[in-house]
This record gives sequence, C-alpha cells and structure tokens, in this order.
Amino acid sequence: MFESSLKQLGDALRAKKISSVELTQLYLDRIARLNPELNAYVTLNPEASLAQARAADQCITKNEAPPLTGIPIAQKDIFCAKGWRTTCGSKMLENFVAPYDAHVIEQFNRAGAVNLGKTNMDEFAMGSSNETSYFGTVKNPWGTARVPGGSSGGTAAAVAARLCAAATGTDTGGSIRQPAALCGISGLKPTYGVCSRYGMIAFASSLDQAGPMGRSAEDLALMMNAMAGFDERDSTSLQREKEDYARDLNKPLSGLRIGLPKEFFAEGLGSDVAQAVEAAIAEYRKLGATVVDISLPNTRLSIPVYYVLAPAEASSNLSRFDGVRYGYRAPDYTDLTDMYEKTRAQGFGTEVKRRIMIGTYVLSHGYYDAYYIQAQRIRRLIAQDFTEAFKQCDVIMGPTSPSTAFKLGEKGDDPVQMYLSDIYTIAVNLAGLPGMSIPCGFGSNDMPVGLQIIGNYFDEARMLNAAHQYQLATDWHSRAPQGL
Amino acid sequence: MSLSTQDVEKVARLARLAMTGPEIETARAQLSGIFDLIAEMQAVDTTGIEPMSHAQDLSQRLREDKVTETNQREAFQAIAPQVEAGLYLVPKVIE
Repeated sequence: MFESSLKQLGDALRAKKISSVELTQLYLDRIARLNPELNAYVTLNPEASLAQARAADQCITKNEAPPLTGIPIAQKDIFCAKGWRTTCGSKMLENFVAPYDAHVIEQFNRAGAVNLGKTNMDEFAMGSSNETSYFGTVKNPWGTARVPGGSSGGTAAAVAARLCAAATGTDTGGSIRQPAALCGISGLKPTYGVCSRYGMIAFASSLDQAGPMGRSAEDLALMMNAMAGFDERDSTSLQREKEDYARDLNKPLSGLRIGLPKEFFAEGLGSDVAQAVEAAIAEYRKLGATVVDISLPNTRLSIPVYYVLAPAEASSNLSRFDGVRYGYRAPDYTDLTDMYEKTRAQGFGTEVKRRIMIGTYVLSHGYYDAYYIQAQRIRRLIAQDFTEAFKQCDVIMGPTSPSTAFKLGEKGDDPVQMYLSDIYTIAVNLAGLPGMSIPCGFGSNDMPVGLQIIGNYFDEARMLNAAHQYQLATDWHSRAPQGL
Repeated sequence: MSLSTQDVEKVARLARLAMTGPEIETARAQLSGIFDLIAEMQAVDTTGIEPMSHAQDLSQRLREDKVTETNQREAFQAIAPQVEAGLYLVPKVIE
C-alpha cells in the first residue's frame, strides 16, 4: 500500500478495498515507528487526522468524492491549519496554534484529503539542509548521516520514507526542488501566483510559492489540481481559469525541444551528478525530444541578487514577530524596546537573524539604491535570459543541485558554501517561472540525483508531461530507501 | 567588503535584535563573507534597466472597500502572550 500512487489509492478507496481510516492508521503506525529516527514530522494529531478520514469514508460511500478524498497528505509546517500547531520550524512559533486555514489547506480540505501531520522544515524556510529547524535536523532516509535538503526537507524525507502518500512544500529559492533531488522524489514549484500564499507564513513575498511533492509526476499533477487556484485574499494570486494539470501526461514527446544551458554544466557541478543528468537527456532523445544548446548568461548573478532581495523581504516580513500579538515573548525585559530585542534574539535562530541583518543593512539609508534597486534591475536581466531561451526551446533541463546530499554539519559553519548549493534553482524563482525536479539516478555515494525541468510561464502541464513520459520509461522514481 | 563592529551593532539595533559581544564578532565575520558574494553584482552595468519587483509585472489588485470578514478578536487574543480586558499588554511606553 505504501508504494501505491495517488490514483491507485483513490481507486482502492472507491472500490472499498481499504477505508480511509484504515489507510490513515497504517501511515500513523509507520510514522510512529520511523519518525523518531528521521524527524520528518514536527506535529501529529491522530485524532484530527482520523476524524477527517471518517468524514472522507462517508463521502466516498455517497459517491461524491473528488480524486484525493481519503488520501493522507502531509503539510509543510509553514501552512496555517486551523486548530493545528503551526511552528514554521521556529521557537518563535513553538506553541502557536493557527486560528485559520491557509488557502492551500482549505483546498485540500475541500478535496477531502486527510491532513496526516505537519512536516519539519528549516526555520522560516531559510536553509538548504534542514539543519536550521528549532525542532532538530531531519535525516535523509537514503543515508541518515546526510541532510535531506531544505527547506522542505521534512516533506521530502516523509515522501521518500513512505510516511505519507504525498505532501506540500514551498519554494523561495529551490526549497521544493533541491530537497526533492536530495531525497529521490518528485517536486514542482509552480509559476509564481498559481497557488495562493494566503496563510503561508511569509519569508520573501515576491519569491515564495507553494507546490506539491510526491513520488511521481502523475501524483504531482493530481496534487496541483487540488491546490492551485485563484484566491482574492492574496493580492499576488493570479486570476486564471482552473486547469487540469494531468491533461497532457500521456502526450508523446516527439518534437519537444529541450534547452541545455551551458552555465548549468560548468565548474562546480559534481561529475557523478553530470553523468546522471546526461544519461537522462540521452533517454529524452530516445523518447523523441531534440536538444538545443542555450545560454543563461546571468545565472552566476542569481545568488548575489537572491541574497539581497530575499533577506530584504524577510527583514520586513519577520518584523511582525515582536512578542505582542502571538508567538514567543521573552520572560524578562525592562521596557518595550528591550522586550522586542530580547524576544527576537531568543525566538529566532542564527540563520534567521543573519538574514534579517542582511536585509536590514541593504534596505538602510544610503545602501537602498546600491543593493536593493541594483538587485531588482539584475533580476530583470535574469528573467530576460529565460525569455530569450524559450524562443529556442520548450523546456530547459539540467541538474537540480550541484551535488548529492552532503553530510550533516558539513556546511554549517560556512553560509556562503551553503548558499551556493541552490545555484541552479534560484534564478527560476527570481523570474517567477515553474520548475520541477525528478529523480534521474544515483551518485557515487549511492545518494539520489535530481533532474531539473524548467518551463515557460504557466507551462506546468507540459513539464508534467515531459516528466511523466520519462518516468514511464525509467524506474528511478519508484525506487525506495532500503531497510525502512 | 568588510563590515565593522559598529556597522553590525547599528544593524542589530535597527533590526531589534539583542546581540552579545561574541555574537557581534561572529556575525561581522560571516556577514562580511556574504557581502563579498553580493559585491559581484555591483559591477554590472544596469543603466536603463527597469527594476523588477514582480515576476508578472502586475500592478496591485484592489478589493472593494467593504467589510468582508467578521471580527475574531477573541480568537486572536487567545493566542497572544499577554492580554487584559480585550487589549494587548506591553511595557509602559508613556509615563
């Protein structure tokens, strides 16, 4: 049952081969056995999950069930879920119980999915290794001495270890794609604005986007059908017709033009990762696709631009955590300023404080034009690179991450080295494009390698088609960590 | 680019983050490394390039000026660190 696709689970539930309550309990039992080692979940609420499962079973009996009804889905702990503790991986929100649902949570509730639990994450989604969570690091199910990637590392580990059928993540600079690659699963960051950010705790508002993580492209398409959609409460939500993201899954790939950016295969890319990605491209040629050499000349600037813009937005968004209306408050203080300063010093972890400091500095008087405005100008150059590239190709492919999962603690003391692990993913967020990662092999240390697929705006269905056809021809996506 | 201790202290004050001496020194060293990385973009000629703040270059959508949500003060204050008589309690600001 743990190896079944979302469609197979839906069919089994409708055929009454298993009830949602039984399925949910199976997952809860597996979580109880494996989570103490992996630390993928930070909050479980079996009573609430089973209550949703009972409601789903009734809905299925009445033949009124949408495709995800009764299927246990995990939610990244960045999404507010009414009545659920919602921590965002921070001491600041350690005891925060959300008084309302995020739009994405509402969508899954409407679809009848069961909320299985809240998954661990880098604090306020800031990190590439899931080592910055206040609730401890998540371990990679493929090798527990290694990181699962971040910031959706808990989600990626939960999916890889079969601790849920699928799950949600968020991606500000690669936080869905990079952990998906490092844990050997599939993950999709949609076009900016396709999924509402309402109720998703904000990190960098012009970059953050929710998306699905699962075992296959087909599962991601079903997840997207549930979670995407216009929401008037989010002013950045795009008003578009509801799409069926599964509509093109079975189209043949003949005629598909794949762009390979030379900058993605340059110095810094691990040879084992390059080998696996090149083998995947060869498979795509066999499937009828053609390959075009392209250039994204400003790729190297995406990291400095990101580390100006994202911290600038974070410093503003995180100013709301002041110990007054919700969240942590320092126990001892002398006056209001002292209360703010101690609350924030004690409530935030090192990486969050570092990014707030960067953001405060680049927005401060005398530096705004030199840093923030300059970064926004280069952001346009980066987006224009993609516009030019998509005149020559339908999708862009390359590695998701320069290396496979690194060891826990390996990059902890050097933030710059950590930041460079997102070199291939960040530009996609700056441009607002959709991007995904699918498993395409293993590195020399037997850890998974991810293939990144980047699409033009609103081209998710075509990307899912490309990924699904590859997954019909290969079995990387169906391999699971041994011994769990 | 090397930041001074005074730079870090000033930024910490602006960001409302209490920091000890050793924390300031660690932050100074790490922030200097990050600003070295950021310095790479300073050399790019961006004359005539319009800053990009939104991926789709959209303007802010506005809603009608009418009440759409009910007041949930009790629910929100139930999760506050300190409240009294419907008000959030903070240290005295004005004597």
